[in-house]
Amino acid sequence: MARYTMVVLVKQVPDTKNITGEAMKEDGTVNRAVLPAIFNPEDLNALEMALQVKEQYGGEVHVISMGPPSAVTVLKEALYRGVDYAHLLSDRKFAGSDTLATSFALKQAVKTKIPDFDIVFCGRQAIDGDTAQVGPQAAEKLGISQLTYVESIELLEENKIKVRKLTENGSEIVETDLPALLTVTDTANEPRPFIVKKLLKYRKAACEFDLPSLRVKYPNFKDVDSLRDHLKSKGLYIEMWGLDDIDADPSQVGFAGSPTMVKKIESITLTGKGFKKVEPNEEEIKEFVAELIEDHTW
Amino acid sequence: MGKHGEVWVYAEQEWDTLHDIGVELLSKGRELADVLGVKLAAVLIGSGVKKFSDTLFAHGADKVYVCESSSAEYYDTAKYSKVMCDLIKKHHPEVVLYGASTRGRDLAPRIASALRVGLTADCTDLQIGDFSKDGTDYKNCLYQIRPAFGGNIIATIVTPKTRPQMATVREGVMPTPPEQSGRKGEIIEEHPDLTGVKNITRVLRREKTEKKVNLKGAQVIVSGGYGVGSRENFKLIYDLAGVLGAEVGASRAAVDAGFIEKDHQVGQTGTTVRPKLYIACGISGSVQHRAGMDQSAKIIAINSDPAAPILGIAHYGIIGDLNEIIPMMIEDIKKRRVD
Repeated sequence: MARYTMVVLVKQVPDTKNITGEAMKEDGTVNRAVLPAIFNPEDLNALEMALQVKEQYGGEVHVISMGPPSAVTVLKEALYRGVDYAHLLSDRKFAGSDTLATSFALKQAVKTKIPDFDIVFCGRQAIDGDTAQVGPQAAEKLGISQLTYVESIELLEENKIKVRKLTENGSEIVETDLPALLTVTDTANEPRPFIVKKLLKYRKAACEFDLPSLRVKYPNFKDVDSLRDHLKSKGLYIEMWGLDDIDADPSQVGFAGSPTMVKKIESITLTGKGFKKVEPNEEEIKEFVAELIEDHTW
Repeated sequence: MGKHGEVWVYAEQEWDTLHDIGVELLSKGRELADVLGVKLAAVLIGSGVKKFSDTLFAHGADKVYVCESSSAEYYDTAKYSKVMCDLIKKHHPEVVLYGASTRGRDLAPRIASALRVGLTADCTDLQIGDFSKDGTDYKNCLYQIRPAFGGNIIATIVTPKTRPQMATVREGVMPTPPEQSGRKGEIIEEHPDLTGVKNITRVLRREKTEKKVNLKGAQVIVSGGYGVGSRENFKLIYDLAGVLGAEVGASRAAVDAGFIEKDHQVGQTGTTVRPKLYIACGISGSVQHRAGMDQSAKIIAINSDPAAPILGIAHYGIIGDLNEIIPMMIEDIKKRRVD
């Protein structure tokens, strides 16, 4: 049976989807502080697709998330769902990276740390930026084929992959050689829930920056090093890679590596023009409907 | 060539059809080219695509680069990206615009990565203006304006140091420019070299499915949101749409909750609409939703929450329970029709 080495690229995002009146400040702008950080929804579909390939064909699944230390939360959630390895790509020097710089850092991480990969999976896009650019850009930088808007894998042969991908007019079945990068749509599958056994195990997983506080909690470890060794031996140590670990050129990440710059950000403020309030009683609605019809609104 | 390179529009075509998005982009492209004082060019890639040139000239293009090759008959990311990269390196355009279609969003980032230039996705507006950073002034930059953060902010992005400046633009955002039949331009035939292109994909089968929902062409849209409450209760939305001869739309929250299928979704990640009448029922109105419908001629919002953001852009607001209001409206409309 074929065994595939798979890498899933995931992002922690603010939950921008369900912004209700409560999340709106009085000046009409969004109160970001009340938005929880979540696993980017379509990255969960990408993760599910990778886990299904592992079940059907065999192999191992790595997850990489680039972001601040808090992104370790989504890595743990990936472990709860059954991935084999989770890695955090985090360095202050990555701050300010646009999609080009991000795809460069992710490429470096995959190339240096998981060079024998067969398939890279990404969600179609992230809900905070909605750009859908990092996947194709990472594919270009890795020098491999990209298959975007993938809904299902139809067939995997030794070195070939056949997928169904969505287009404006319908869908198409496309084949390419491995290695390849796939971006996965939310119609692809239903992401699995946490597996209780994994949850019980990996909720104790920790990253380097967790160690000092963990050490205080577990004083029987004589120092941070012995705690780290212990976690590693149990498979509970989440590796963190920085710029030097992935051998990245600092001029290609962060602000320096980002050709796009933000000139201006405007929070949306709501302004009503010519607003008319209609009371929800029979009389007013009757009048309102009559007015609409007389205006030849439709 | 003058001080600046040209403004280019990638004119997407497939299934022997020129897509609307390329023509739409020519309206904004024309505006930008005129401000910069440069020519507006369209780029066609494929096999047997030269025939689309007249349509592109009629909608504002001064030039059309025709890149024909029998091995480019079908869209392939690696091949089309190679053609585009070679063409850009040869002619040095100032600006390149792509449709934010499934194809455009597949192709443009691949090109941007290969050329190591910036790219802004899903722009809703483009302008030319100046930019200053760290004591350096950059003249005539492309302002790439787009909603971000779920549509709750509007960001203006610039790429002052790299050329070309590239952006994808959503379909339906720019008006189609008026057709000037008989308008002529210059055809430049290119002969792309596609030998030895790696990472090719092979399309084995295509399935065309007709879209059942036609939101784009609808004059009246009745949309339901999370406030509708359930899939069953969406019948109310269908009933109101029925008496109005309207199409049924939905917010992302309603689609995510499983109340209705995704092809009904209106908004930044769904369909952008501009009907004569838009009735938003139980839709709070995230900016990502509003970005897809705020150009509607008349907007009615029915919502139980008097603080719902949708009321900020509505022309009429009915604050109350949609389960009571909609049946009243249906009855009144039916009665008026009989009269």
